[in-house]
Amino acid sequence: MTWKEVFTSSVGKKLVMSFTGIFLILFLIVHVGLNACIWANDNGTMFNAGAHFMGNNVVPRILEIGLFAGLILHIIQGLMLELSNRSKRGTVGYAVSYSKGSKWYSRSMGLLGTIILLFLCLHLYNFWLPNRANQGFLLGEEINLYAKMQEVFSNLLVVIIYVLGCLSLGYHLAHGFQSAFRTIGVHNKRYNAIFTTLGYGFAVIVPLVFALMPLSFYFGWIN
Amino acid sequence: MEHKGINLTLKVWRQQNTTSNGEFVTYQVKDISQEMSFLEMFDVLNEQLIQEDKEPIAFDHDCREGICGMCSMYIDGKPHGPWQANTTCQLHMRAFNDGDTITVEPWRAQAFPVLKDLVVDRTAFDRIIQAGGYVSVNTGNAVDGNSLPINKNDADASFAAAMCIGCGACVAACKNSSAMLFLSAKVSHLALLPQGDPERQSRVVNMVAQMDKEGFGACTNTGACEATCPKEISLSNIARLNQEYLLAGLTSN
Repeated sequence: MTWKEVFTSSVGKKLVMSFTGIFLILFLIVHVGLNACIWANDNGTMFNAGAHFMGNNVVPRILEIGLFAGLILHIIQGLMLELSNRSKRGTVGYAVSYSKGSKWYSRSMGLLGTIILLFLCLHLYNFWLPNRANQGFLLGEEINLYAKMQEVFSNLLVVIIYVLGCLSLGYHLAHGFQSAFRTIGVHNKRYNAIFTTLGYGFAVIVPLVFALMPLSFYFGWIN
Repeated sequence: MEHKGINLTLKVWRQQNTTSNGEFVTYQVKDISQEMSFLEMFDVLNEQLIQEDKEPIAFDHDCREGICGMCSMYIDGKPHGPWQANTTCQLHMRAFNDGDTITVEPWRAQAFPVLKDLVVDRTAFDRIIQAGGYVSVNTGNAVDGNSLPINKNDADASFAAAMCIGCGACVAACKNSSAMLFLSAKVSHLALLPQGDPERQSRVVNMVAQMDKEGFGACTNTGACEATCPKEISLSNIARLNQEYLLAGLTSN
């Protein structure tokens, strides 16, 4: 079997979703860890130093290209799978649908992912785009990202959208985390128990910490 | 035990053939014994229809013992009806109350076209099996069972997977109309045994290819299939299939 065949069958497409999903989960750990420096209460000194390391260093910037590639692959493949799967029911759907066999967020990964995508567009527009534009999209002078956060998160509407985006991310991860490991073939009961528990923990903690960032700025919890 | 007759309203999908448009038709059945099976209730309804000079409802059934996988019916939004780990033929009318309205639909999937009324074409499953769900070597006479030691846990897991009766409830319940639980049961029951080992890679690759060709959707691990399976085939079989597929993809020539 060719590599193309491996990754274009229905199982192969899920493998792509799974590998890119795990990669994005790893990215979230870095992102949430670095952004948590805002709570150092030093007027953004530690946070800006961290942001400078990531933004003005060739290694993270090369990884950033990989991040966008993984993200775009995850989004396009996910949307295509959602559309393809929806068409498999045939021309007539069920009159009565049963919902107790599966969790609503497991059935709504396409919808949750789309909400996250819309949030992501706003998020990149708020921070990534002005910062990289200032750098000339190469290694260059960055804007004060801490000050930018203070400015962006003074708007209540933006804060609400960010919190909703984080909520969608939480439910997306509640299914996606453990599903990704099932897709790469983890069927050992003990490991499945670990990944399921870890998945729910990750899905609650990481989006919660992210959501606390705009809230902290808006309600003045940070000095 | 008290014998009780119940009256029911049935909304049943009627469709003349694959190409025609179907519709729900409402029927009343009276004094149905609660000891009857769901299919026996349909027999009563069909006799009633014949006496009224109307066309009886076509539905699949064979052993009526819960082991052949022939009966289908999507009852009130769940394949094989409200009971857990149960087939339609083993669903009894004590699951319902007097005056209930029950909606009965065929399995809905592009890969399972409706042939007539509640009968769907499930030969796609046969073709998936033909693509590799067997051991192709001629084994001759059965050898002594104890001559080939098999780990008890593997034997049990293999048997649990081999319990699949191929009814298609997993496809009917899945939002993606995916056949992965069925396929994973077939792949697992051979992959766990030494007899299935020599062809394990080609088996999983060919069967997945055939499943895709038949027009089933992709699995998203929602678990709806496992929740509705009359034989309680575990979702972990799907993860095992994924592992088999990934290893075949990485190591085959």
